[in-house]
Amino acid sequence: MTNPATGAVLVLEDGRAFHGTPYGAVGETFGEMVFNTGMTGYQETLTDPSYHRQIVAMTAPHIGNTGVNDEDPESGRVWVAGYVVREPSRVVSSWRADRSLDDYLKEQGVVGIAIPGTRALTRHLRERGAMRAGIFTAPAEPLEDLVERVRQAPAMAGADLAAEVATTEPYVVPALGAKRFTVAAVDLGIKGMTPHRMAERGCEVHVLPATATFEQIMAIRPDGVFLSNGPGDPATADVSALRAVLEARVPFFGICFGNQLFGRALGLSTYKLRYGHRGVNQPVQDVRTGKVEISAHNHGFAVEAPLDGPFDTPYGPAEVSHVNLNDRCVEGLRLLDGRAFSVQYHPEAAAGPHDAAYLFDEFCEVMSRAQA
Amino acid sequence: MPKREDIRSVLVIGSGPIVIGQACEFDYSGTQACRVLRDEGFRVILVNSNPATIMTDPEFADATYVEPITPEFVEKIIAKERPDALLPTLGGQTALNTAVALHEAGVLERYDVELIGADFDAIQAGENREKFKEIVAKVARERGLNAESARSVVCHTMDECLAAVSELGYPLVVRPSFTMGGVGSGFAYDETDLRRIAGAGLDASPTTEVLLEESILGWKEYELEVMRDRHDNVVIVCSIENIDPMGVHTGDSVTVAPALTLTDREYQNMRDVAIAVIREVGVDTGGCNIQFAVDPRTGRMIVIEMNPRVSRSSALASKATGFPIAKIAAKLAIGYTLDEIPNDITKETPASFEPTLDYIVVKVPRFAFEKFKGADQTLTTHMKSVGEAMAIGRSFSEALQKALRSLEKKDSSFTWAGEIAGKQDLLAACRVPHDGRLRTMQQAIRAGAGAEELFEATSIDPWFLDQLFLLHEEAQELAGAPELTAGVLQRAKRHGFSDAQIGEIRGIDEARVRDLRHALGLRPVYNTVDTCAAEFAAKTPYLYSAYDEESEVPYGTRQKVIILGSGPNRIGQGIEFDYACVHASFELSRAGFETVMVNCNPETVSTDYDTSDRLYFEPLTLEDVLEVVHAEQQTGPVAGVIVQLGGQTPLGLAQALKDAGVPVVGTSPESIHLAEERGAFGRVLAEAALPAPKHGTATTVAEALAVAEDVGYPVLVRPSYVLGGAGMAIVYDDETLTTYMAAQEGGHPVLVDKFLDEAIEIDVDALYDGAELYLGGVMEHIEEAGIHSGDSACALPPITLGSHDIKRIRAATEAIASGVGVRGLLNVQYAMSAGVLYVLEANPRASRTVPFVSKATAVPLAKAAARVMLGATLAELRAEGMLPATGDGGTLPLDASIAVKEAVLPFNRFRGVDIVLGPEMRSTGEVMGIDEFFGIAFAKSQAAAYGELPTKGRAFVSVANRDKRAMIFPVRALADLGFEILATEGTAEVLRRNGVRAKIVRKHSEGTGPGGEPTSVQCILDGEIDLIVNTPFGSPGQSGPRLDGYDIRTAAVLRGIPCITTVSGLAAAAAGIQAIVRGDVGVRSLQEHAQALRG
Ligand SMILES: Nc1ncnc2c1ncn2[C@@H]1O[C@H](COP(=O)(O)OP(=O)(O)O)[C@@H](O)[C@H]1O
Ligand SMILES: Nc1ncnc2c1ncn2[C@@H]1O[C@H](COP(=O)(O)OP(=O)(O)O)[C@@H](O)[C@H]1O
Ligand SMILES: [Mg+2]
Ligand SMILES: [Mg+2]
Repeated sequence: MTNPATGAVLVLEDGRAFHGTPYGAVGETFGEMVFNTGMTGYQETLTDPSYHRQIVAMTAPHIGNTGVNDEDPESGRVWVAGYVVREPSRVVSSWRADRSLDDYLKEQGVVGIAIPGTRALTRHLRERGAMRAGIFTAPAEPLEDLVERVRQAPAMAGADLAAEVATTEPYVVPALGAKRFTVAAVDLGIKGMTPHRMAERGCEVHVLPATATFEQIMAIRPDGVFLSNGPGDPATADVSALRAVLEARVPFFGICFGNQLFGRALGLSTYKLRYGHRGVNQPVQDVRTGKVEISAHNHGFAVEAPLDGPFDTPYGPAEVSHVNLNDRCVEGLRLLDGRAFSVQYHPEAAAGPHDAAYLFDEFCEVMSRAQA
Repeated sequence: MPKREDIRSVLVIGSGPIVIGQACEFDYSGTQACRVLRDEGFRVILVNSNPATIMTDPEFADATYVEPITPEFVEKIIAKERPDALLPTLGGQTALNTAVALHEAGVLERYDVELIGADFDAIQAGENREKFKEIVAKVARERGLNAESARSVVCHTMDECLAAVSELGYPLVVRPSFTMGGVGSGFAYDETDLRRIAGAGLDASPTTEVLLEESILGWKEYELEVMRDRHDNVVIVCSIENIDPMGVHTGDSVTVAPALTLTDREYQNMRDVAIAVIREVGVDTGGCNIQFAVDPRTGRMIVIEMNPRVSRSSALASKATGFPIAKIAAKLAIGYTLDEIPNDITKETPASFEPTLDYIVVKVPRFAFEKFKGADQTLTTHMKSVGEAMAIGRSFSEALQKALRSLEKKDSSFTWAGEIAGKQDLLAACRVPHDGRLRTMQQAIRAGAGAEELFEATSIDPWFLDQLFLLHEEAQELAGAPELTAGVLQRAKRHGFSDAQIGEIRGIDEARVRDLRHALGLRPVYNTVDTCAAEFAAKTPYLYSAYDEESEVPYGTRQKVIILGSGPNRIGQGIEFDYACVHASFELSRAGFETVMVNCNPETVSTDYDTSDRLYFEPLTLEDVLEVVHAEQQTGPVAGVIVQLGGQTPLGLAQALKDAGVPVVGTSPESIHLAEERGAFGRVLAEAALPAPKHGTATTVAEALAVAEDVGYPVLVRPSYVLGGAGMAIVYDDETLTTYMAAQEGGHPVLVDKFLDEAIEIDVDALYDGAELYLGGVMEHIEEAGIHSGDSACALPPITLGSHDIKRIRAATEAIASGVGVRGLLNVQYAMSAGVLYVLEANPRASRTVPFVSKATAVPLAKAAARVMLGATLAELRAEGMLPATGDGGTLPLDASIAVKEAVLPFNRFRGVDIVLGPEMRSTGEVMGIDEFFGIAFAKSQAAAYGELPTKGRAFVSVANRDKRAMIFPVRALADLGFEILATEGTAEVLRRNGVRAKIVRKHSEGTGPGGEPTSVQCILDGEIDLIVNTPFGSPGQSGPRLDGYDIRTAAVLRGIPCITTVSGLAAAAAGIQAIVRGDVGVRSLQEHAQALRG
């Protein structure tokens, strides 16, 4: 094959290619190829900073039906590096919509492609694991050259991306109703719904840049410290500020990337999952109560921890609090004394079910106990 | 939490006969439940009056009672079996209502039976609309959720209804409590409507309660399927969106899964409400469904209702997602939690998750209005469809087009050929919801209608409307393409266009399109329904076709048998055929074959992925079947395709399949032709010297009159090109024949047969292996010939035929089987008139009565047939023990139990339709009554089909002249039993002259008497009559007495009073009533019957 590829094409680093038609902005883009199995919530997904540098394929065939509105984004922009769908909607149908998804992607400069083979792509990734990919809406080179260019794109393992997506300036999300707590939320790629969920419970949330030091955190005299989700490899992140927080016995809650950093602070290691969890239907079991939550996930890395009981850490004994029932992957950690805990999944949902929203209540309880 | 150890035996209640709103989905759920319970080591006791179900196969329960599902009979079963628990949530509204009645009567307490799956309070809270509204208000208030109920007022009397109007305004919705499928509900636009609908509704509701509700016509309608375990884990299995907005019953709507026009916020709000409601209602374990309406302008959300049990939608959701709701509900009921149950499909992941779909599922309803002349065909809040088809595609357009062609009905698919009607007319038609509205809309698009116009006419969501425009554009693209290139074809295929549609659009033959497509190497791939959008590997091969990238059909080396199912349920082709297909699959799998099922009916057991080694959820058209066969041939050896078990649908494909080189096993297509084509069959009969009614064919009035002259009146006439007895009539004179012929569409020949008056009709199911005949059963109809075999009651063994008659029947059946060349099952209908045995027709396939015969005689006919089709001989099957070592269904011992089959008719759905039975089949289902004595068996069949026969009170009798002599004896029997006899003048005279006291009642046509004496119809409406006997007069189209009868019968349906329309039926009923009055009616399980019969 020496002829230029014709039409838009999605090229994987192992040479597999999927032909289709351009969707959204035209041009080319590179990133880690992942798939998302949610049937709703494409707008939230697109604006989730954790998808930074990833090309996201939607397994649900029809995307864009309800258009795009101004209420649902999880951040100020689209973060995905590229977007792969099967059947882009030709019309917008929702009383809340402001514009079409196609226009939105174009406006945001997000290169996408519509391909028939989204299922074949998913099966491929499931079998071979996450890999790099590129979308070329009007390629001029032969396929093998495109593959070569994909292979030159940076890999996700070892990538330090939080700083690229996080706020550079601190800002405050005021409590809704009476203020009960001050929370320092370190933005590693935080989603809009997260401070909102805390604000609903009376937290005044100070969102701090990813680089916030222990001193900067403590300067706001927080009742609790929160570490958000975010993109990249947790192995690259600096956990010294978190260690200091734990040392100082300030209540702590982490989500996703925050969970991985908590694990590392406790002395655990992290690893890359073969193809990650990205969707809104994952069963997570609370190890203590045995109850199952259907939860929203978006992670490619996970924490390695003993599942068979408590283990020692520099901050006292800890345990795995939640386990994924699909693959027994660690989904939550907790110090036995309860003052610090984290989950790998997304209690703020958006998109996804609200089963885990109680974790924000728990965080408030921990803070309130500490206040007393 | 592991399985409960404090329960050892469980009583499962089925849903009884197939009726509109409650069909074979409950066989699917009940079968799953019984399987689970037995696997878990429980003693399973089952009651279901429907013999055509898989669940009532003796191997699915320890004690199977084919007895009426009434509190009285179920109590007898409880007293005899003493179960520890009762599982009422898998048998539809019938089971739930029966459980409630047993609880209220104190039976459950008396026998210490625990309700599992849902408790009494939860059933009340879910089913009582008033209580339910309080619950919705409570969860909205306490949890700050966006949810409300439609404003409404509960009424117990008509006065309360009228008072409520001032508050709600017209139009409003009238809904009775505790009915299923919306019986008795409807829209009232003014007071006349209100009096009519609410009056009937008060009657239909077991609690004499109706709800009047503000109308939210035109809102978007959704449904969620929810499961909860006793650890309070809750999952949403599936979301379903109705394309037809509020105002059309979900069962009659075209629906799609998953929901396609909600953002995550709206969907999650719905999910939160569903979970909060199921918790508040207190459904501790099991499945339930909740319906929602969303205002498309504001997003305001209303909770319509919930059902605290599995339902038609849960069957659909199970098939749509691969998540077996009923099976899991049964496991939850016995104590497991969701996380302890593995997901069958992935094996590795648990059931405590929410399926995610990477395909689109579309369900379309199938109606049978052509059978119910005079019925209101507008789709509304009560369900009218008799079946449904489901299709899966990788896009909505693909799934929709597949679903429409799965309906197997002329004019169900979109078309771009032919005249286009005027746009305004089409738009006007679109305003009224009707069968095939999407196609009317597609035609409107052809006629130039715009999206706004269509939205204004239908309120259907713009996204779905756009999909119709998309299909229209694709069709135009296809029409305009200079050449059918691979690209053009592929594109059309991805939008679900069939070869036939493509051919129609291009003006070429379907076969040409197929050849071209195959030459271009363009074939569908088969994707797996895997519950997880390919995130995990699927272990259970449940497949659907799509023009997509990779095929997932597994390779194998075992010989495969492909069984073609029967498609959507319709009148004349229902669950009985699914039964035969499922049996074949079980048996062939046991015999070492790999079984492959093809079907598109989501309600059935055959489309349970657990039934066969592989399931293809596909339309049953030639194109779709050929592709499945091809895919299977590519991946292993195919021994053959079975077309004989799924009814007329697969049978019709036999020749074309064979022509395409597909191995068809069993009776050959040529032999099928011999039986199906009149001329050829006539020669078979002539050869065997078997008489058939004299007949001829006519195209003109003159020809028809000549044939009638020749064969003699009365004659049975029917158009030759229709199947299933549609358009049949019995004609007694020249005048009527002339009218009938004039009404026929020009040019089509009409078959004119001598109508055998007062003949006994006999139905036979037999097996033939080329050498030996096994007479499965000889059924004697209760009603005389002229009433379609599917609609008449029958007895097995026959009650008035002697061994000499059976001998003749056996010889005739054998002659037909060998003359036609049957390998497998054969059904023959005979009419015995004046000692002559006439052959009415022979069907070289499984018949509707196969399950009934199998159950009555304890011989698995369909299993045996499948084996014969694949080469086994009857002698071998006798040796194996599958068939009795000696004898057959024609040699049953004299003391064998008698089984009576009774048909169930849907007249309560189609008010205004005459309920008189005729040669055209109209029943939707059947029940069986079985007992040592015919009278009791018949009484049981009546109790199961219509409610118990009355044992005292007033009987009203009005019969046609020809029946007057024959009715004397049975009416006297009623009088002797203590019934007060009322009769119209002529009937009363005859009765009095014969010493039966009868009071004269005025005919309806005579009007109220001078002293205010009521007419018969008024008496019926006033509830003064307990039993009605009315046989039809004269011929169709006549007025006077004929119309009188019509009014009597209509009133009977309205009040739900037993109405017997034949004298033979009356005689049977009298015997039944006598039996009930005389003594205790017992219950006996099929296993006990079989023990008595086969030892
Ligand atoms: N208030 C209403 N206004 C308009 N249509 C309604 C209303 N309530 C129900 N419907 C329609 O009637 C159908 C049947 O009502 P439902 O409450 O679901 O009864 P059923 O128990 O028969 O399923 C619904 O599917 C819906 O389309
Ligand atoms: N010549 C006849 N005389 C009396 N009844 C007849 C005659 N032919 C048919 N019937 C009645 O009409 C019914 C339907 O006819 P049949 O030929 O069996 O059509 P189908 O294909 O619908 O089963 C039969 O069950 C029988 O009751
Ligand atoms: Mg409903
Ligand atoms: Mg027949």
